[in-house]
Amino acid sequence: MDYEAVIGLETHVQLGTKSKMWCGCANEFGAPPNTHVCPVCLGLPGVLPVANEEALRLTALTGLLLNCAVSRSAKFDRKNYFYPDMPKNYQITQYAQPSTMNGHVDFEFNGSIARVRITRAHLEEDVGKNFHFERNSGVDFNRAGVPLMEIVSEPDITSADMAYEYLNSLKDILVHGGVSDCDMEKGMVRCDVNVSVRPKGSKELGAKIEIKNMNSFSGVRKALEYEIRRQIEVLKGGGRLAQSTRRWDDVAGITEEMRTKEHAHDYRYFPDPDLMPFVPTDDWLAGVRKRVVELPLARKQRFMRDYQLTKEQAEFFKTDVEAGDYFEKSAAIVLAKNPQDETRTRELRAVANTLIQQWRPRVLAKNARWTDVAVPGFSALVAVTVPFYQGRISSTGFQQVITEMFDSGRSDVETIIAEKGLAQVSDTGAIEKFCDEVIAANPGPVADFKNGKAAALNFLKGQVMKLSKGKANPALVGEILEEKLKT
Amino acid sequence: MLNQLTISELTARLARRECSAREAMQACLDRIRRVDSRIKAFLSYDAADALSQAEAVDKAVSSGADFTERPLLGVPVAIKDVLCVKAHPCNCGSKILGKFISPYDATVVERSKSAGAIVFGRLNMDEFAMGSSTENSAFFTTLNPWDTSRIPGGSSGGSAAAVAADQAIATLGSDTGGSIRQPAALCGVVGVKPTYGRVSRFGLVAFASSLDQIGPFTKDVRDAAIMMRVISGHDPRDSTSVPHPVPDYAAKLDGNIKGLRLGLPREYMIGGLDPEVKQAVDAAVRQLQKLGAELVEISLPHTDYAAATYYIIAPAEASANLARFDGVRYGLRVEGADPIELYSKTRDAGFGEEVKRRIILGTYVLSSGYYDAYYLRAQKVRTLIRQDFLKAFEKVDAIVTPTTPTAAFKVGEKSDDPLQMYLSDVFTVAANVAGICGISVPCGFTKSPKLPIGLQLLGKPFGEETILKLAHAYEQSTGWHKERPALG
Repeated sequence: MDYEAVIGLETHVQLGTKSKMWCGCANEFGAPPNTHVCPVCLGLPGVLPVANEEALRLTALTGLLLNCAVSRSAKFDRKNYFYPDMPKNYQITQYAQPSTMNGHVDFEFNGSIARVRITRAHLEEDVGKNFHFERNSGVDFNRAGVPLMEIVSEPDITSADMAYEYLNSLKDILVHGGVSDCDMEKGMVRCDVNVSVRPKGSKELGAKIEIKNMNSFSGVRKALEYEIRRQIEVLKGGGRLAQSTRRWDDVAGITEEMRTKEHAHDYRYFPDPDLMPFVPTDDWLAGVRKRVVELPLARKQRFMRDYQLTKEQAEFFKTDVEAGDYFEKSAAIVLAKNPQDETRTRELRAVANTLIQQWRPRVLAKNARWTDVAVPGFSALVAVTVPFYQGRISSTGFQQVITEMFDSGRSDVETIIAEKGLAQVSDTGAIEKFCDEVIAANPGPVADFKNGKAAALNFLKGQVMKLSKGKANPALVGEILEEKLKT
Repeated sequence: MLNQLTISELTARLARRECSAREAMQACLDRIRRVDSRIKAFLSYDAADALSQAEAVDKAVSSGADFTERPLLGVPVAIKDVLCVKAHPCNCGSKILGKFISPYDATVVERSKSAGAIVFGRLNMDEFAMGSSTENSAFFTTLNPWDTSRIPGGSSGGSAAAVAADQAIATLGSDTGGSIRQPAALCGVVGVKPTYGRVSRFGLVAFASSLDQIGPFTKDVRDAAIMMRVISGHDPRDSTSVPHPVPDYAAKLDGNIKGLRLGLPREYMIGGLDPEVKQAVDAAVRQLQKLGAELVEISLPHTDYAAATYYIIAPAEASANLARFDGVRYGLRVEGADPIELYSKTRDAGFGEEVKRRIILGTYVLSSGYYDAYYLRAQKVRTLIRQDFLKAFEKVDAIVTPTTPTAAFKVGEKSDDPLQMYLSDVFTVAANVAGICGISVPCGFTKSPKLPIGLQLLGKPFGEETILKLAHAYEQSTGWHKERPALG
């Protein structure tokens, strides 16, 4: 019998706010233990939480980016359980009325577009971090109270690879949307995985097994590969699976059972009486809507459609948004001056290549942003690309012009070409004259060529280039020489 | 004696330089030394700190400090042990906080200090404000200054007794189900429970967050009005505090209550009401009528369910609020082999009987499978109770009831019977459930022994101005508030 996996993910993402969720402490990774703390995030007696509005905005923004409905009334609940990293011994989380729900994410997978539905994206608070020493343990509360968003997917994922691609595309969306830096090294993204297997074609779900607290996408993929195989083996061996929670051991490469359903927590959720329901106004929502950016996948598809770019070029502009914005301005010039034909496509792709191969390394070297004055303008990008792909300047000349532009801030491409004498001679009359001269002066090689020695042509070509002081268009020289030698 | 003065009397004298703040503070400290071994209102106080604050006030006065801008300048105000004062202990009447010292001021403390108050002392209370007699304090029971064989009421028993015994000019307490009004009534002082959201709860160690409010204990209604103006108003650190304007309550006390409509709820004349209490309240109602108030009989049909609702919502919230007292970060710690054992040993040693009872009750009503039947239903009934009041307030400006069914009871009389104890809050608890405001003002005494009786006036949300006005007109026409216990 064949089995299939059913996977849903709960992805926790730290929001990129300046301060924590309920107090003014800095939301900042890497500070010495317990230096970004105050009575509120330490849960001292008598303190009260006050919701960080930017965190609520970023959650609503995430909802919009994930095609969710944004709630007109969101509430915070208390989730009760005891753990040393949790100062209040309850976590404040949007349980009954989350900020946003019912959306989806589209992403490229296996050569087509896959869709995973989003159940909800809700706001909660992060907890502290336990450290275990030789004789005792300590807690660092710098992370306690950092705004944390939980994105819950429907069980639409069918393989470890698909989970991996889903997570990457989710990360792309959140980074581009300015919701979170999603820096895995700093623990900004953590995943819980729910996975079960069932006979292919079956409608019933198998026993749900949760793997908790994974902090890398590749870890999620490895854990799922292992766990799916393990579950199928148990079933094939006639065994039964029970609802339970497991832990992924990255070193051993296995999952281990933590607790079964009988020992599941009763979190005793109830509305937090310290916080009023959050009822966004139309103006507030309009403000959030203004921050919605184009989704990475949509951007890639648009670049391929509107600018006829190659997949690889479009992928580049999907990832590097600033470069993409810059390209679009250059592309507008190309579109305005060319009718829709093959020339236009060639020119757009050539402009994209100049940007990716010539502009980008220089922008990076200057440690500049694309919008900086130190970067030559988008019209200069077109101005320098056109003569190159038309063959008016050589590859070396092309690079010389660009270097000059970046060094001196000039954008008068034609003047630079003239000053440096970089223009290639494409005037057929002039080239013909050079060719005639060379043929007349080199009867030996001419005879060799006519007797079938093809290499002799290269020698003659070299002589023409020499005569033209390197300015003749090499392609034209070849064409004309051959023509003349045939007769 | 300076310690016997009201806020308005003391500040008037200070302004005229007839006495110094140091002398007033010293008078309170002398009084504490003389009588507190019998009353036991104070858990602790720092005399040196109080005197140095007083000296700072005297300096400010001599360089021309403004008494209208700082209405509590030089006034010794003592604090219930549930409110945080920077660099002072905060134990909530419990063992579990150990040697905890608060690193910050509660908003009400901050506001009192900037109004010039000398904030001093920690006043005894039922542990975590759970109780009606101070017998649930982990340290000792406070005694009623009118009869030291009796309780002062609770949970803010220390706050009420300290004012009644002239150990402080005014005090702050908290009221979750009657914890200000009930002890104020039993000790013969004025106590205000503000509208929910009127006063910031920041720095009040939470018992039941949706019911708790901080309020003052004073010797007369004018002082209560002065204190209310200082402590009220929106606080960005408490999202449940409301940005509603704060009137100059004291300036509105003109004695004129003509035409104000007073509601008499049918349901409040219950069986357990003591005849002497009933007599005093009836007389007070007649007095208010004589002063020009109109009486209207009203009905609050869901009143019967107020106590039941309260005893589900309050423990539910408390079960989460008190979870932070776990021995990990501060306070008492009893070591264990693992965190779970550490928690359970610490909490077993640190919490008293009543607190444990309520945590268990609250945990139960929130548990999966019981939530809908208890917590959710209680919330629905709560809405009905609030609607009862709002409907009544369409017809009346205030509601009048006894504050308590009986005068102060004997120490130990009800401490073995939680249900009997809960009933002493029967008239006060509905105001917290409904989120409205209330005041208790002295309205007479029982004959033998002579024990104070309190009249409760309930007002609409943010209707403090009206109930203060009524209470003030009544008080000025009777003079009950001028009587003092004979403590020697």
